[in-house]
Amino acid sequence: MPSQLKRLIPLFILFIGLFLVIRHFLIPESFGQYGHYRGNSLQENASRETVYADKEDCYACHDDILEKLNNEMHAGLSCLICHGPGQTHVDDPQLGNINKESGREFCGRCHDINAARSIDVVFQVDIKTHHTEKTNCIECHNPHDLWEGME
Amino acid sequence: MKASAAAAGTIILSSVTRPFSMLLIASDPPPEEGPWWGIGIDITKCIGCGLCARGCKMENSVPDEPFYFRTWVEQYTILNNGEVKIESPNGGIDGFTQSVPDEEIFKTFFVPKMCNHCEKSPCTQVCPVGATYESPEGISLVDQTYCIGCGYCVQACPYGCRYLHPEKKVVDKCTLCYHRLEKGLVPVCMEVCPSKARIYGNLKDRDSELVQFLREHDYQVLKPHLNTGSKLFYNALTAEVS
Amino acid sequence: MEDHTLHLYEMLSRVEGYIYPNEIELQWGILIVLYPYITGLVAGAFILASLERVFKIKVLGPTYQLALITALAFLICAPLPLVSHLGHPGRAYQIMITPHGKSAMAIFGFVYLWYLMVVLLLEIWFDYRRDFVIWSQEKKGIMRTVYRILSLGVSDISPKAVRWDERLGYIITVIGIPSAFLLHGYVGFIFGSIKANPWWSTVLMPVIFLFSAMVSGIALVMVLYMVVSYLRKVKIDMACLDMVAKYLLYMLILDFALESLDQVHRIYEAEESFDILHMLVNGRLNITLFGMQITLGMIIPMISIGILQIFKFREKLRKTIYLMTGLMVLVGIFFMRWNVVIGGQLFSKGFHGFTNFKLGLVGSEGLFMAIAWMVLPFLILAFLLWLMPPWKKHEAV
Repeated sequence: MPSQLKRLIPLFILFIGLFLVIRHFLIPESFGQYGHYRGNSLQENASRETVYADKEDCYACHDDILEKLNNEMHAGLSCLICHGPGQTHVDDPQLGNINKESGREFCGRCHDINAARSIDVVFQVDIKTHHTEKTNCIECHNPHDLWEGME
Repeated sequence: MKASAAAAGTIILSSVTRPFSMLLIASDPPPEEGPWWGIGIDITKCIGCGLCARGCKMENSVPDEPFYFRTWVEQYTILNNGEVKIESPNGGIDGFTQSVPDEEIFKTFFVPKMCNHCEKSPCTQVCPVGATYESPEGISLVDQTYCIGCGYCVQACPYGCRYLHPEKKVVDKCTLCYHRLEKGLVPVCMEVCPSKARIYGNLKDRDSELVQFLREHDYQVLKPHLNTGSKLFYNALTAEVS
Repeated sequence: MEDHTLHLYEMLSRVEGYIYPNEIELQWGILIVLYPYITGLVAGAFILASLERVFKIKVLGPTYQLALITALAFLICAPLPLVSHLGHPGRAYQIMITPHGKSAMAIFGFVYLWYLMVVLLLEIWFDYRRDFVIWSQEKKGIMRTVYRILSLGVSDISPKAVRWDERLGYIITVIGIPSAFLLHGYVGFIFGSIKANPWWSTVLMPVIFLFSAMVSGIALVMVLYMVVSYLRKVKIDMACLDMVAKYLLYMLILDFALESLDQVHRIYEAEESFDILHMLVNGRLNITLFGMQITLGMIIPMISIGILQIFKFREKLRKTIYLMTGLMVLVGIFFMRWNVVIGGQLFSKGFHGFTNFKLGLVGSEGLFMAIAWMVLPFLILAFLLWLMPPWKKHEAV
């Protein structure tokens, strides 16, 4: 064998061997467990903190509101829609720490008249002209009991 | 004699070529056990309230700026003159106000968009290091501690669902609220949808809400010609939507 | 972060039509334009060198070592724009330890290493080994040790050993030709295999990338040969230069034919993406495509060199035309990469709108960074030409 190959071949074997050894130590554990990715990543993705609460936790204390709601057109809607994430309130129930969004702009998100909204899906009014003497929708409409106090 | 030889030859050839094609094609078939999650969106029911997009950003710490979305809502307005106007102001997070007067409108509707959690996802196929993958339940996820931020998956997603997180410098995308599914909770976008326009379900379970949805509606997926195996099934998807 | 956000708000205001909300920002900027440009120069320069070695086109002899060393200088710099563009450059090694077999990008690490170690370094070593041994005997001090190390301690320069050098070098060059195709072809495949993007997704993409790479590599060696000869104040071998230019012409014609085929096919089929691409080509890519890539980069060079095949002008005029043409081609091929990479991200995948690309000056993806990455190979080339000057090689006995 020519002297060039006698020098090159061992050099290449050394290089490849070194690479394989380093690779062995660098590959993260759990890689390849379920596929070409770190198996631990599944658990990491699953164990993120939730921000929005579980609505069952709302029902646990507020079943009276739930009962009223179930007789209404807002029946079946999740509390979290209007009351936001709510986890802080579930963790530490107090009067002040739950969202109670209301107002023309907020209620109008669903109820403002829009040609793309089907009247079969959602009741609509023109929030710019509907009872402009009132400022907030909830002055007349209790979201849990919409026609409360009306004929 | 010849026919059986031909048949034997075909069987042998296909068994040899099958592993090779599995190498290249991005399909991971559903495993034997466990759910196989899919999504259903009913365009006739979406009212464009934008609470889904807003809730998603809160739940998943998505940056507030209007350039990063895991889910968003589009409004399609087809005018009488045939023109198609598509809008998604801040992804629909602030809701929509009608921008075209009634008399000019031929048709208009809202289309929520999110990750399609494809079965043969082109995005997981192209990741050079194995930082994004389909989970055993069929959800496309990102390993953010391994992602190198090359952006190839963002280029490969035909639906525009991925983005590069401006601070973490890795790719981020809808995870179908994987962390909520684990706890038996509903993905936030579906939890806060007032009209039940968005549902999810186990495609293997014939009694699930999603499979009922597929049975009752004429469903389509976005860009079917790309063969992504999209598991996001729309009811009432029309030709203008892309 | 704030500057970046302001910049994005500005981009938002200039969106045309409708784009998916995540598409405002281009993922791949000028650094990703540079990478195929640089590897293209490498592949092209190498193919020119192999024309002499394997296809025995002896008249190209004066450019042989220059082409190889140019390829090496640029190859060393090739990964730099890639790694500096990553969100996490520190994790770049992962591509070597867990390459995803289904991803075209994953083979970058191995194809690069293979091409660098097995093809380019070995070929240069086999060609220069005898000279390293002789120089290690001639020089004194630290250079003596340097050349000893470069010769890897194989100091036999008998005719038999030198014949082995030539034989092994020849084998390496033969292996090197498909390796060069792979080195640059896979980059074309990276784009060509993305079905989500119709500007990129075409079977011809790897082929077009390859041929435009060969065009740019040949042009680079042509220009460098003239510049280096001028700096060394030596006479240019006109027979060699004429042949290099002739090969440049052949490659230009092939490249032009392929790119035209791609576009004609696209225009004829006019499938779903055609309308938005038509707007792209006539709008945002108008100048860079028709002006820079096609007219400046292909039509004018083809006509110029073509005329020189028919009419034999004076040497001085030929040299000027070659120099101008070479530079035009280099600029044109850069813009070809630009049109592919940037152009492919300017339109929405929903085919309903366009975003914009603004090239910043400073910053990790800015123009200054790109210029730095482009200047560095020339500095390395200068160093290598000082270390292993082709014109100081001792004639084999």
